[in-house]
Amino acid sequence: MKPAPFKYHDPKTLSELVELMSNLEDAKILAGGQSLMPMMNMRYVTPEDVIDINGVNELDFIKLENDHLTIGSMTRQKDILSNQKIFDKAPIFREALNHVGHIQTRSRGTIGGSLCHLDPSAEIPALASLYDASLTVVNREGSREIHIDEWVLAYMMPSISDEEVLTSISIPVWKNPHGYAFIEFARRHGDFAVCGAGTLVEIDANDIISKVAIVVAGVDVKPLRLSTLETDLIGKKATKDTLEYACSSAKKIEAISDVYFSTQYRQRLAGTLIKRSLEVAIERARIINNDG
Amino acid sequence: MGARFFGADVLRAEDRTLLKGSGQYVDDIRLEGTLHGAFLRSPHAHAIIKSIDTTKAKELDGVHAVYTYDEIEEPLNQPIKQPYPHPLIRKDILGYPLAKEEVCHVGEAIAFIVADTRHIAEDAIPLIEIEFETLEAAVRVREAALPNAPTAHKDSKDNIAAELNIKFGDIEDTFSSADHVLETSFLQHRGGCHAMEGRAILASYNSSLDELTSWSATQCPYLIRRSLAGHFQMPESRIRIISPDVGGGFGPKAGFYAEEIITAFASKKLGKPVKWIEDRQEHFVTTNTQRDSWWDLKIACDNKGRISGVRGKIITDQGAYIPWGLLLAFTSMTPLPGPYKILSMDIDQQVVFTNTVPNTPVRGAGRPNAAYAMERVIETVSRHLKIGSAEIRRRNFVEKKDFPYKTGLIHFNGTPMSYDSGDYHQLLEKALDLADFDNFFERQKQARENGQFLGIGISSCIEDTGNGPYEGVTVRVDTMGKVYVSSGAASQGQGHKTVLTQIVADQLSVNIEDIHVEIGDTSKFPQGVGTVASRVGVNIGTAAFSAANEVREKALNLAADILETDLEDLEIEDGIIRDKSRKNLTISLGEIALKLAPMSGGAVPAGHSASLESTSYQASNGMPHASGSNVCEVEVDIGTGEVKVLNYCVAHDCGKKINPMIVEGQIVGGVVHGIGNALFEEMIYDDGGQPQNTNYGEYLLPLATEMPPIKVIHQETPSPLNPLGLKGAGEGGTIPAAAAIVSAIENALTEFNVVIDRYPVTPEYLCNLIDKENQIEV
Amino acid sequence: MADNREITIKVNGKDMTTYVETRLSLGDVLREHFHLTGTHLGCEHGVCGACTVVVDGEPIRSCLMLGVQAHGKEVTTVEGLSKGEDLHPIQEAFWKNHGLQCGYCTPGFLTTLFSFLENNSDPTEREIREAISGNICRCTGYQNIVNAALDAAKVMKGS
Repeated sequence: MKPAPFKYHDPKTLSELVELMSNLEDAKILAGGQSLMPMMNMRYVTPEDVIDINGVNELDFIKLENDHLTIGSMTRQKDILSNQKIFDKAPIFREALNHVGHIQTRSRGTIGGSLCHLDPSAEIPALASLYDASLTVVNREGSREIHIDEWVLAYMMPSISDEEVLTSISIPVWKNPHGYAFIEFARRHGDFAVCGAGTLVEIDANDIISKVAIVVAGVDVKPLRLSTLETDLIGKKATKDTLEYACSSAKKIEAISDVYFSTQYRQRLAGTLIKRSLEVAIERARIINNDG
Repeated sequence: MGARFFGADVLRAEDRTLLKGSGQYVDDIRLEGTLHGAFLRSPHAHAIIKSIDTTKAKELDGVHAVYTYDEIEEPLNQPIKQPYPHPLIRKDILGYPLAKEEVCHVGEAIAFIVADTRHIAEDAIPLIEIEFETLEAAVRVREAALPNAPTAHKDSKDNIAAELNIKFGDIEDTFSSADHVLETSFLQHRGGCHAMEGRAILASYNSSLDELTSWSATQCPYLIRRSLAGHFQMPESRIRIISPDVGGGFGPKAGFYAEEIITAFASKKLGKPVKWIEDRQEHFVTTNTQRDSWWDLKIACDNKGRISGVRGKIITDQGAYIPWGLLLAFTSMTPLPGPYKILSMDIDQQVVFTNTVPNTPVRGAGRPNAAYAMERVIETVSRHLKIGSAEIRRRNFVEKKDFPYKTGLIHFNGTPMSYDSGDYHQLLEKALDLADFDNFFERQKQARENGQFLGIGISSCIEDTGNGPYEGVTVRVDTMGKVYVSSGAASQGQGHKTVLTQIVADQLSVNIEDIHVEIGDTSKFPQGVGTVASRVGVNIGTAAFSAANEVREKALNLAADILETDLEDLEIEDGIIRDKSRKNLTISLGEIALKLAPMSGGAVPAGHSASLESTSYQASNGMPHASGSNVCEVEVDIGTGEVKVLNYCVAHDCGKKINPMIVEGQIVGGVVHGIGNALFEEMIYDDGGQPQNTNYGEYLLPLATEMPPIKVIHQETPSPLNPLGLKGAGEGGTIPAAAAIVSAIENALTEFNVVIDRYPVTPEYLCNLIDKENQIEV
Repeated sequence: MADNREITIKVNGKDMTTYVETRLSLGDVLREHFHLTGTHLGCEHGVCGACTVVVDGEPIRSCLMLGVQAHGKEVTTVEGLSKGEDLHPIQEAFWKNHGLQCGYCTPGFLTTLFSFLENNSDPTEREIREAISGNICRCTGYQNIVNAALDAAKVMKGS
């Protein structure tokens, strides 16, 4: 299981990188390598050119300004996991990234790699969706911003051309302290989840849901924001019935199936996990309210 | 002579090298000029090769040769020889070294490319132009068993490889007089090998000496030597097989595979060493697995839960070829009564070809299947009669006074199945105590009140171990007093060197540091069988004991002559023989060795034989039977179908333990293998015979995060069949594990009337069972 | 045409230079070019963890990193853990706890834990199990590996 021959390039700047990309016909970008390298080792992917962007330092950064979090595409998963600023403003990142692979893969794997690979159950695209993030891609001519909803064109296919490179993701974090939870079900620790659910929630002193965002991963080819459910929940009291309501509406999501799991099972899981994530998020929101 | 080392937790002699990263596995061995091989393998489950053109592949820079069937010369162009012939095999079909015309499973080797590097060899694979005509494939074994099914081999009329029956007692009478006749049906799927080192071969043929040396990651170097000698029609003395450090075995690495022939052939043709390292994807499609067997059993029992008879049928997926004869089939039937006294049995088994990877034993062979089946029988009776399953076991166990107990069946080695010793009742009580079984139901009730579903499961088993016919051990002392021990039994991590050292050190009263052990090299020991079936500890332990004792006797006899003292007055301490009462009267083992091995002109002392050495092939006098009772606790998440194994308790009896630390390591590792079988490992084929999950992201091996704490306690009933009282321990962890887990899951889900009829138990399968007759709000 | 480069990697404290084809994984370079065969390639698709080495202080899978990507970096392999005959406390603990059987996966466990315990001096059993969840062992059932890691943590903390 050895990769086919390729020509290796290692640009040091973004401008070198986009220049290369516009000139090469059959190139693959090598970021953290945790998805591309196995596919090359198995010769599922045999590019003529490999562009290693690990030397492009300007793509590796974490910035938090005015409740706006911007993360460079080459930022390692481990660095997001350990970043205190992110944890303070968006604690769900740590909870979600703890599910991503293992220490040996998080030390190489990047946020950009995950957003471009787009495994349907991956945590990082789900977080992007949860926060209505937008992505910046650059080519020789300039840059464009894409909302996460438009980023996923089809199964594992991002909206990016052969000449473009993803440079950063911009995440409007929630201003106020809030409840959160990211709960997923994987067969084993660190496996790609079968299904995952993330929730952000604010409740008022009367236990009324005032703001909520819910995302589910692994039921469709892309992470799904449950906007109808979110609208329904606003103004509702955080009771058991409300949780059951969320559960039963989540079970109606149209779900994909594959050789491992059926549509029905994914729907059942979506119901379970959304209910559980909402429950935990509400409980955490209550604690914040009580402490605050 | 006190036992200083036998029975002690002696740290392993093997470890320092391995820990420092200086172990020598096959791929680590470097020979000058080595070339590297890769195979073109069939992408189809069943097809005819219409044409094949290797011209372009041969032209690639760095490629030295490309071989297809047509280039394989006489006498190698014959099918692989059956190592385990049996009259019941109806169709003894084995593949060719490289496919001849027909391919019968995805992964079957078609062409072998030899190049400067593995990278280049793989580069050449897509350059081979090949045209197939695909044929209908037989994939699902129960369908393949039907009369008009597509056949796995184009020239066959059906897929039945063999039909077996075992029986004893009066089955008709038993069933007609039974209070209850119950049924249970289930699928068992045990997955693949997945040793962390795959198969690996480095073959080096020396033409000037006409000698072949092959390093192979095998459990059975002597089987490989014998098979290669047959295929190449070469004397065994010209073939040396070395099994160096080997990264796990687990059964499938005990077989003889086409790659052994092809690498040796290529080395002979090219005059250079040729290395082939199986990659992980190849492992999934070429290394034997142990997949589906479907069981339908009928049970006769009385109102008290005494089981009088079991009858039924097994359909076993053989895969495309039958490289282990009927060993797997027999081992899933002959131990079937387990620790229970059953009056009659009548079981048929159909062994059926399919267009999938051949099926051969994985850790435990058919024994885990047999144990699982019998535990299903127990659970079925318990459920029907509403009598606790521990109590049903107690009522059916073979009793202590019954030993030696003959079940009425015949082992595949031809001898009656006879249990030598044990105490199954006490063993179960030990396991129940360890698991705090009596208080479990209170824990379960409390957990249920908190919305948690806890369950407990029991599994009891026996294991026929130490199967002969022999393993040999030579013990020799040199003139420096160093002791050399050699044996045929290769190790794949079981610590053979350590246990051999322990036994010999005690018998000769020498220090461990003075003992050098060599195993797994056919040039170092003349004959061997192999490291399979929990047999090596018993066999080499017994042989080492006997050889070392003979050396001791020999040394003491000569010492008595030289020191002019009585034999009984002599003792050995740290390699020095002395008179017990006159402690300054001494002679060392080295000096004795020198006297027994004089150089030219000297003489061996009269009445003594040359060389302070002895070889023994003494085996156990029959098969010692180990036994175990396991209890495990699980929690089932009914929202996801996830099963968490909370804890796992093992009470195990393998007689006298040479090294308790190593025994416990075997048990714990074996349990985890069994948990993998119960919950995770599944080799999935689609309806066309394409394997679906040929990577470790999708084929799920147990990880540290999902494994429970495993507690092990021992009961020691020494086997009367060998002088050290040994029984085997390599598979006793795996054999009962799946049954314990499955029962525990059912127990957790009692209120949903869940009866599990297959393993591995996947979360979706479990959710479907829960939902089937219940409207669950999760 | 093969694409080759000269690279220098500081392996176990020593600068090593070689001329490699760029498609070689770091694992292949360590094994084939530097003859450091303690790093084992167990699956070559980034799951089994046997090939784990430490690059600039982080445990990584050497089958998923190209050798050329390690140019200018510091790499610690299993061969770099012991000092002569003196085993590293983690190796010593594996030996005393019977934390290995066939030994094939062991180098990956050792390097993973070497890096993990350097940064986590007082881990819980659960944390250790998560730390090694990217390493597969078919022999031991993990229990003795976990025990070894707990022992090693104590020794390393004390020293």
